[in-house]
Amino acid sequence: MLRGILTLVATLAAQFAANAAPAFSIYEIAPGVYAHQGKTSLMTRENIGDIANLGAIVGVDAVAVIDTGGSLIEGRAFLAALREKTQKPIRYVINTHAHPDHTFGNGAFVETGAIFVGHKNLPRALAARGPHYLSAFRDQMGDALDGVTIVAPTVTVADTMTLDLGHREIVLQAWRTAHSECDLTVLDPKSGVLFSGDLLFLQHVPVVDGSLLGFLDVADRLAAIKATQVVAGHGPVPAPWPKALEDERAYLMRLTADLRAAIKKGEGVAAAAKSAGAEEREKWRLFDDYNARNATAGFAELEWEGP
Amino acid sequence: MNRSALCAAGAFFALIATAALAENAPDPWPGLVTDIFQNRAVGAADGAIALDAPARAEDAAIVPMTMRFSNPSQIKVATLVIDQNPMPMAAAFTLGDKSGVGFIETRVRVNSYSNVHAVAETSDGRLRADAKFVKASGGCSAPAVKDQDEAIANIGKMKYREFKSADAAKREAQIMIRHPNASGMQMDPVSRAYLPAHFIDKVEVFQGDAPIFTMEGGISLSEDPTFRFTYAPNGAKTIRVEAYDNKGGVYKGEWPIGEAS
Repeated sequence: MLRGILTLVATLAAQFAANAAPAFSIYEIAPGVYAHQGKTSLMTRENIGDIANLGAIVGVDAVAVIDTGGSLIEGRAFLAALREKTQKPIRYVINTHAHPDHTFGNGAFVETGAIFVGHKNLPRALAARGPHYLSAFRDQMGDALDGVTIVAPTVTVADTMTLDLGHREIVLQAWRTAHSECDLTVLDPKSGVLFSGDLLFLQHVPVVDGSLLGFLDVADRLAAIKATQVVAGHGPVPAPWPKALEDERAYLMRLTADLRAAIKKGEGVAAAAKSAGAEEREKWRLFDDYNARNATAGFAELEWEGP
Repeated sequence: MNRSALCAAGAFFALIATAALAENAPDPWPGLVTDIFQNRAVGAADGAIALDAPARAEDAAIVPMTMRFSNPSQIKVATLVIDQNPMPMAAAFTLGDKSGVGFIETRVRVNSYSNVHAVAETSDGRLRADAKFVKASGGCSAPAVKDQDEAIANIGKMKYREFKSADAAKREAQIMIRHPNASGMQMDPVSRAYLPAHFIDKVEVFQGDAPIFTMEGGISLSEDPTFRFTYAPNGAKTIRVEAYDNKGGVYKGEWPIGEAS
């Protein structure tokens, strides 16, 4: 009997997680600037893919949304939460890059009529990876993946672009290949808030899916951006700028140094992936999920250095 | 090993391979034996070939695989098959006579949970296989090119490295070739057309004029294909590489053999 009740409770909980509008919070971190903090986790059915930080900036006339979450369910929850704060039209949906935890919620915003905006490389990155993501994430997300579609941007940014939300101009900047080949940042000069996308990770170990050296270079250049607070792609929201960059830079530098040493010694990629960056292990969450991957890709990149 | 023992080992091996496969997906291996090996009997490795593979693909686009040969003179062709990939036959290495290749390490894409087979055709005409099960990478890892502009801009560049060989009688070297090695399944977002595949399909590696190995492969090899291997030196002064892609691209490199090994 007890067992039956427990099963029933578990079933209901699972259904709630997958179907009902989940509890979803957004906070006003500066006047007219909202942010949602995702869980520091892998995407699962239970967390509906809600692992990335999301945001919205509200001008006099319109709203810009920054990333949409890891499922259609989360995207809809984000839209509903936003609608409790403002009824102004959502003019833009900006994706900071192609990864599923930032783009799988796009479908929820299609019917708002918003214009989708991204890095010039975002359309091809979604084309190359989207079908793989949809099949690969079915295993871990199950029916929480239902309804997810790949929505590509129709407006793309090659360098910088200013979007006017009505007495509020926000600045989009496209970066060279770093965390990925389609990283875009969004700066709201009025509030001094920077949305870094996954060019900044806090607590969640950085993920290198583009270029390790590019990531280091861009992290250095990001520091020059005139902002006071940052909404990272993952981790606490908001965080002080540019101090928030310090841990990530230390990690990327440690990984680079370890990989260069391993390559110089003639180690193979498999061995190097097991040891490079290990010194940073205690400083980060999800380290074992991503560090060996970063090291593998970094090794393949760095072994082209030198003669 | 007598014939019935070999059969038993083969059956045991097949059992392990089947048990390791993801839940209900049909095992593609029998069909691959038909397609790639003309349905010839594939026996147990029996020590002729051994496959080193990671238990989990860390980066789906770069998964190191090493095939080791206990008696190189016995091996004619060594084939690496990623069972669940869209193009499972990743690479077939035909070893040169007296090349003495002790191992070949390369990197492949692994799209999903998959068995990986390393199949040796031995000089007695038999096929012998080792296999490992590789878990798919998690997170946002995809078997895609990291930076498509960079990949095209550098196409055909090569690099040669030498290492101190663990085996004093052998030399150890690595050949690296810049190439997107891209699958043709990506859609061009502007034209909405599927991009044509662009990949290295043949690499010949020589010491002097003597072939060390010839590799025939496809899109399951990672971008920037790389091969690290040992070989028995024949006194030649240079290592020479000729690589060909499916669009008619020809890439050549030649390097003096140094003293590293």
